Amino acid sequence: MIADLALQGVQMALVLLLAPLLTGFVRTLKARLLRRRGPPLLQPYRDLWRLLGKEAIVADSASWLFRAAPYLVFAATWVAAALVPTYATGLIFSWSGDLIAITALLGLARFAQTLAGLDVGTSFGAIGTSRELMIASMAEPAMIMIAFIVSLVAGSTQLSAIAAVMLTYEIGLRVSLAMALIALIIVALAENARIPVDNPATHLELTMVHEAMVLEYSGRHLAMIDLASSVKLLLYASLLACLFAPLGLAPLGSGLAAHLVGLAAYGAKVTGIGVMLAVFETSIAKMRVFRVPGFLGAALMLGFLGTILLFVSRSL
Amino acid sequence: MHGLAFDIAHMLAGFLVLTSFMMLYQDRLSALINALAIQAAVLGASVAWQAVIQEAPHLYITALLALVFKAVVIPMALRRIIRQLGIHREIETVGGTGLTMLAGIGLVALALQVVLPVTAGSDAVAREDIALALSVVLLGLLMMVTRRNAVSQVVGFMSLENGIVLAATGARGMPLVVEISVAFSVLIAFIVVGIFLFRIRERFDTVDVQALDRFRGERR
Amino acid sequence: MTALALLGGCILALLGTAGLGALIAQRRGAGARVYGLCLAITAVATLAALASLAAPAEVAAYPIFMPGLGLHLRLDPLAAVFLVIVDLGAAGASLYALGYAAHEKEPRRVLPFYPAFLAAMNLVVLADDAYAFLFGWELMSLASWALVMAHHREAGNARAGYIYIVMASLGTLALIGGFGVLAAGAGGFASAGGGFDFAAMRAAHPGVAQGGIALALVLIGAGSKAGLAPLHVWLPLAHPAAPSHVSALMSGVMTKVAIYGFIRVVFDLLGPAEWWWAMPVLLLGGITAALGVLHALMERDLKRLLACSTIENIGIIFLALGLALAFRANAMPTAAALALTAGLFHAFNHMLFKSVLFFGAGAVLGATGLRDIERLGGLIHRMPVSSAAFLVASMAIAALPPLNGFASEWLLFQAIFISPELPQWGLKIMVPAVGTLLALAAALVAACFVRAYGILYLGRPRGPEAATARETDRYSLAAMIALCALAVLAGLLPGVVIDALAPAVHALAGARMPAQSGGAWLTLVPIADRNSSYNGLMIGLFLALVGLGSAALIHRLAGRRTRRARLWDCGYPGLGPTSQYSAASLSQPLRRVLGAVVFASSERVDMPDPGALRPAGIVKTIHDPAWEGLFAPIGIAVSYAAGKLNHLQFMTIRRYLGAVFVLLVALLLLVGVSG
Repeated sequence: MIADLALQGVQMALVLLLAPLLTGFVRTLKARLLRRRGPPLLQPYRDLWRLLGKEAIVADSASWLFRAAPYLVFAATWVAAALVPTYATGLIFSWSGDLIAITALLGLARFAQTLAGLDVGTSFGAIGTSRELMIASMAEPAMIMIAFIVSLVAGSTQLSAIAAVMLTYEIGLRVSLAMALIALIIVALAENARIPVDNPATHLELTMVHEAMVLEYSGRHLAMIDLASSVKLLLYASLLACLFAPLGLAPLGSGLAAHLVGLAAYGAKVTGIGVMLAVFETSIAKMRVFRVPGFLGAALMLGFLGTILLFVSRSL
Repeated sequence: MHGLAFDIAHMLAGFLVLTSFMMLYQDRLSALINALAIQAAVLGASVAWQAVIQEAPHLYITALLALVFKAVVIPMALRRIIRQLGIHREIETVGGTGLTMLAGIGLVALALQVVLPVTAGSDAVAREDIALALSVVLLGLLMMVTRRNAVSQVVGFMSLENGIVLAATGARGMPLVVEISVAFSVLIAFIVVGIFLFRIRERFDTVDVQALDRFRGERR
Repeated sequence: MTALALLGGCILALLGTAGLGALIAQRRGAGARVYGLCLAITAVATLAALASLAAPAEVAAYPIFMPGLGLHLRLDPLAAVFLVIVDLGAAGASLYALGYAAHEKEPRRVLPFYPAFLAAMNLVVLADDAYAFLFGWELMSLASWALVMAHHREAGNARAGYIYIVMASLGTLALIGGFGVLAAGAGGFASAGGGFDFAAMRAAHPGVAQGGIALALVLIGAGSKAGLAPLHVWLPLAHPAAPSHVSALMSGVMTKVAIYGFIRVVFDLLGPAEWWWAMPVLLLGGITAALGVLHALMERDLKRLLACSTIENIGIIFLALGLALAFRANAMPTAAALALTAGLFHAFNHMLFKSVLFFGAGAVLGATGLRDIERLGGLIHRMPVSSAAFLVASMAIAALPPLNGFASEWLLFQAIFISPELPQWGLKIMVPAVGTLLALAAALVAACFVRAYGILYLGRPRGPEAATARETDRYSLAAMIALCALAVLAGLLPGVVIDALAPAVHALAGARMPAQSGGAWLTLVPIADRNSSYNGLMIGLFLALVGLGSAALIHRLAGRRTRRARLWDCGYPGLGPTSQYSAASLSQPLRRVLGAVVFASSERVDMPDPGALRPAGIVKTIHDPAWEGLFAPIGIAVSYAAGKLNHLQFMTIRRYLGAVFVLLVALLLLVGVSG
């Protein structure tokens, strides 16, 4: 019991501590790929620290919701992240929520974030909200279809259980899983406001989505939102690793050696995903806003197609 | 109950359907032709795998034909045609891509619904292959119906033919002669269509097949 | 005194209150007395129904009403579940109405009908024969129609009432046909009572064809009342036209009575199900869910928006019922229990949060006189308590954890996950398709309520009405807070609700979900041998802990210095409130992406000619597929036929008599030949 709790605590702390590092890593790597020097690897930590120290400026027309939203966004994102196994399965907290609950918790974070974008009453906040709602209403069903696929394969929506099934190699090669992987990558790009859906580095008024919503934030509020964004990126990286590359995950009740192996494997997996993300983002251009539904629609269709194929092949 | 053989055959056939959807999703000609090349390569792999599990060496020839002609020669030729004709790069669709893909999924569901119940009791690999092959054929037809550009209609036709080859190799005991003749008939068809394209272009200064409708007096 | 007698007494008391309302309507304080009595009676009825949730079925017959048939009442677990929904919703609405009554300009058009409406809904749920059921059903329709027409001079209300009464008549007609088919199967007119009591119908099992016809008729009858597509067109017109507490009742409660009717007939009276019965229910449910929320996303009238969202939730419930039918037909009782529990749970949840939302809309309407959200905004500053309640209800309806809407939708998703085990190919392909529709609807609801809440309560006021609004009265706030608290509790402790639903589910599905109260830490387990679980309490606690903890930590470590300043707006702070996004512009991307497909929506910039002195504008058009594709052609056909038949009115007496005579002879011939 105590050990389980400790394991859960360690994983949650790990996610929180590692998240800005992944963001910084991707940023630095992207800069290097463009032959720039780029910010130092630890810059996100410094940014957070700097923001925390500043006073928060709140617009006159803002309500309590505007000030509460950053904490709610952070809490929902971190709780969702606590449900995703990072380097070991069998999290004690993981039975209180499954893949659907993770999707819904991220939906809760988005609900708070989009409302905060509308709260001050500016057109920039609303343009971000409006676009985010469009993106989310395509990405969320795609995510649920992915949950369909993996749960049909693994017989459970619980991430620890899915990872355990995926580790056994009994499922063989399945085209539906490949479809789910592609769909999840598309969803992850959209949800984390990455190129080609959104550009995390832009502050050009007409193209920004996520940045437009948080335009009015400053100080500690902005720090919470930035931290939540980093945690979300790491969450999706962990999710991809846990679902489609569970190799090296320390199973429930294993010894210290297995945990060390799991940690090393997790580090390698997250690094690999970061490298792929940076390469992908530097090699592709941002889409027009109204091309995004087609892109996400493709993810939704992939999920649907994969589900139908699974429904069929299960009964052969 | 299924071994690795089934898994791999299933996965390759599924990828074939996936590449059909990739084609439906594209709105640029060059990307469309790339998708066709990928589909042909997947088809080659799928046929080769059938050769392995059916222990039918003549299928290797079919696979090689698919790989050489469909994955390399035809895409190259199509690209050449596009370059020579200077065709507009974007594809005009009837209805949006989203609707087309939705219709495509409906067709896949229909194909599964039709094939799987009637083939109950036969070999699992063959069932799967025939069901998915029918999907690929229907998607190719859908592509031909919903695209206005003549080149993309050709691509749809090629993809349709890929589906036929998949079905043919999935069923055991298909003689080699049939496959070679199918492959050659497609090649002839391709040449005919290629010449046809040049003719349309000369005559109407476009490869949008709507021009032909207008010529026949079927103005939309 | 038994629970059934107590509940029957409650119906009589409500009818008496209706009479009292008619007598004293014009006096001062009449509203307080009538609503106070309704609150007391429905509270008693709620308690009685709660107490009989797990009790064995209780029947009673009285020699009144129809000669030879009498009046049969029955209180079984299913009826108890729906009585809780009806009476709890009614108690909430009555409490709200205590405060609302002061605003009512024409109490005599409301007070007599409101208690009658409540009595009718109770009677429908308790009825155990077709006559009592249909009598209650018609009384419910007529009383609610009278309430819809309460403000009949306001624009559009008369048309709404007309369309409502036409659709309600159509629904009742279909139900009469459905019960006729069932009664014929149950011995017909030869048996005592004509086979019209439910016990006889339950004992007889109709054949496949008869069952199919009965199902189709009940689907039309109950579906039109519940708002199932394509019979939903009256709902966004009629529900908003009524006073707000009645809107809440119609949306939150009356649609549930319709669902009760569907469940009672299809799951209870029809007997063993055919698998293909599930197909139309699933398909219509999925389409209704997606269509309803898309309508809601395009709406700018607050109460119509809420009514459209009701359509969406009805779709979700029917989807669950369709799944339960499919599982039951294939002898998968545990799966059927899961799906049915999800449906009933969602019905309960929808009653809670939709009532709060309509109360909130009523509060806004009372404070500003407006239902058009485009002219409101910034109300969170003026109406802090009701805005908070509206927020909680919005989060619940958007299926966000840890609230109750998520718990029931999670159960439904779990039911969909086990559907590949269904043997029929049609269902195998249908279920993932409607699952996609459900997922899409669930995501769009969140967008819809972000839009509604954001435009209504957030931002800066868009007009003088919003800038001077006042918080609503104490009774209304108490009703909103009470139902919100229940919604939160049902979300944190879904196991309690599921266990309470278990007896009703067991009676209909032949099995029940695993007992939830025994699970460790109150974790929700849908099916014992599957490895999925959800714990609302844990998630809720954890969210609160992390959110409050991080806020406290940061305030302590990093300071809580805050400065109020003018808004930044990327460097353009001087723009007025009219520069804000409107509701229409907020949903423009979604309208362009999805509306273009479903509603054939289009937008066009209307640019005046040079020199013309009128503003440029954007013209958007939306087509309702159900209205234009189904009802408008029917209307044209009816008026065409009426025109053709017009000359029947100008015949001579002799011809009229001749026609009657010919018909009489023909009927006699028919009897003679067939007998």
